[in-house]
Amino acid sequence: MTALLSVERLGMRHADRVILSGLSLAVARGEVVALMGLSGAGKTSALRAVAALQSFEAGRIEVDGFALAPGRVPLESRLAPLRRRVGLVFQSHALFHHLCALDNVALALQHVLGRSTAEAERQALELLHALGVGTRAGALPAQLSGGEAQRVAIARALAPDPPLLLMDEPTAALDPARRGGLGQTLRRLAGQGRGLLVATHDTGFARGYADRVIILAQGQVVESGLAADVLDRPAHDATRALLREGTWDS
Amino acid sequence: MLRWGGDAEGGAPFVEADPADPSQVRGFDVEVARAIAQGLGRESRFVQVQWSSIDQSVERADFEIGMSGVEDTPAREQQHAVTIPYFEFREVLAVRRADQGRFRTLADLRGRRVATLGATMAYDILLAARDSGRLIPVSYDDDVHPYSDLVAGRVDAVLLDHIIAQRALARTPGDGFVIQPEAAATGRYVGVLAHGNTALRDSVNVVLREAMRDGTLERIYRRWNVWDEKQGELFARVLRPADGDRHLAASAPAAGLNYLPSLLRAAGVTALVSVLSMMLAVLVGLKVAAGRVYGSAPVRLVMVLYVEVVRGTPVLLQLFVIYYGLASVVRLPALLAAVLGLGLNYGAYEAEIYRGALEAVSPTQLEAARTLGFTEWQILRLIRGPQALRYALAPMTNDFVALLKDSSLVSVITVVELTKQTAIYATNIGSWIVPGILCAAVYLVLSLPLSHLARRLERRWSVA
Repeated sequence: MTALLSVERLGMRHADRVILSGLSLAVARGEVVALMGLSGAGKTSALRAVAALQSFEAGRIEVDGFALAPGRVPLESRLAPLRRRVGLVFQSHALFHHLCALDNVALALQHVLGRSTAEAERQALELLHALGVGTRAGALPAQLSGGEAQRVAIARALAPDPPLLLMDEPTAALDPARRGGLGQTLRRLAGQGRGLLVATHDTGFARGYADRVIILAQGQVVESGLAADVLDRPAHDATRALLREGTWDS
Repeated sequence: MLRWGGDAEGGAPFVEADPADPSQVRGFDVEVARAIAQGLGRESRFVQVQWSSIDQSVERADFEIGMSGVEDTPAREQQHAVTIPYFEFREVLAVRRADQGRFRTLADLRGRRVATLGATMAYDILLAARDSGRLIPVSYDDDVHPYSDLVAGRVDAVLLDHIIAQRALARTPGDGFVIQPEAAATGRYVGVLAHGNTALRDSVNVVLREAMRDGTLERIYRRWNVWDEKQGELFARVLRPADGDRHLAASAPAAGLNYLPSLLRAAGVTALVSVLSMMLAVLVGLKVAAGRVYGSAPVRLVMVLYVEVVRGTPVLLQLFVIYYGLASVVRLPALLAAVLGLGLNYGAYEAEIYRGALEAVSPTQLEAARTLGFTEWQILRLIRGPQALRYALAPMTNDFVALLKDSSLVSVITVVELTKQTAIYATNIGSWIVPGILCAAVYLVLSLPLSHLARRLERRWSVA
């Protein structure tokens, strides 16, 4: 099986602080992978490196044939192929707050993919409906609830139809009932043949909806495997700490 | 002690700083004032005042009598206590030598630009000529630039007192212009005192009559080379017992209502200058802000220099440099120079607002846009720009209202806008109350809709 995303021995530092040291992981089409770890373990930094928002000093990232090398982040004009391959849902959703939900989704369809305004809006509305927020198309981000904003953000990230979707702490602002809804959405996206890499420290969510989990501590993978195996029989202190936190968290 | 007010900026032969001792003034007005003080048995002391403010200043009791080329106008006579005339002048026309044959009188100047000093009898004459559709009056704050602009071709004629014209002629090298022999009107210089101060006025009149009789005034005038037979005739008329000295120059219209159309026109000029300047300021501001946020190091340095130099120097100086300083290189029309000066000045302030607004857009918004594959230019146009505009709106509105009022500064380069026209109006009718209220009302009418629009946009954009 060739991986959709492969990260090899990724090293990243910020000033004197080591953020990632030798992180390796892979995500295949059709699977949901939970990237887990306590705060500061390097989950978000790993996602940002894959999305080419942050430079790294060592290792290699490859997404569906497009490779990122260490050093300065390439110019945006050279990243177009990567942008078509990777969608990112920010923890804060980062919806464009001057645009309504529909325009948030339609903007890239129109200006990046070159669709006509009418076609972009039709597709955007379809995506919003598929995520259950079709009725909120005209609302501004400030008028949306946390769960609605997240679904609009997912629709926006899916608009260019990327095979790989990255999500940063998607359950942070959701109540338990909504987590179930989100989990089912992620499974459905994986079922369409996408690969999902989800940074989370929510063990309940990972156990319920992830195929595999990767446990990160001090910028390295300390444990990985099928979600049930790793989370039911933790072999590493970091995993046990996560499970303890997870119980009082949810 | 007799405190008398005059404007040493008016220069010789009226009042000028003494080259030998710049703390002292000299001139024929100075000597007339000294003679009056002497006749009253007092010492004279000079008080510097801006020429166009002499009437207001004397009412405020800054000094007791104002006299440096103060003209005898009906309005002045109504509003203040005015002495008998002590000098008769002629309003004469100066034209470029090449035009000597074709511009002999005001009637020849149909559609031409004719310059003079604001708030003078000459200006009133030009206004009357303008209202009959004949020429375009251009008002200056000083009596030097009308003549230099005449030589430079910015105006086609200058109408001013013959003393001023002759002085300008003596100062101008070569033969840039000539003075037409036929006077457009005659007028008289008087001393002006506060309205209630008729007692002192009457004493001054006694002294002046005596100085005419005993030859004191003639000696003074001869010393300053301004004596001619007209002065002798004036003295004879003034000294005749049942005197005709209340007789006034025929061609000086000054009724208040005459100024209303001018005031409206001036309001239009204010609005035009403000709108064009703001458009230029927005364009310049956008360019400079983009340069500071997106440019390379040298570009950023140039933009920072521009902002600091423009913000760090007075806009008045910038207007002077653009209009007069550059005149040898490029001769800009006054309105264009005004728009350039204000626009480039406010552009620096706009640039700082836009830069701040661009930098206030959260980095996460920009990252989200990058992950969707927008180019930097698209991000600026579709996301960063529109969001920054919302942050910039309130300070921009503020600046536009400030610009509306700062547009009054362009009167220094001969653009007669609302404030200048109001000052002329007020000086000529001798009161600031009605012109002041009218002027304030027009500024409010121009600025309030702007604030209203800005508030509405802000409300629409700030959906909670």
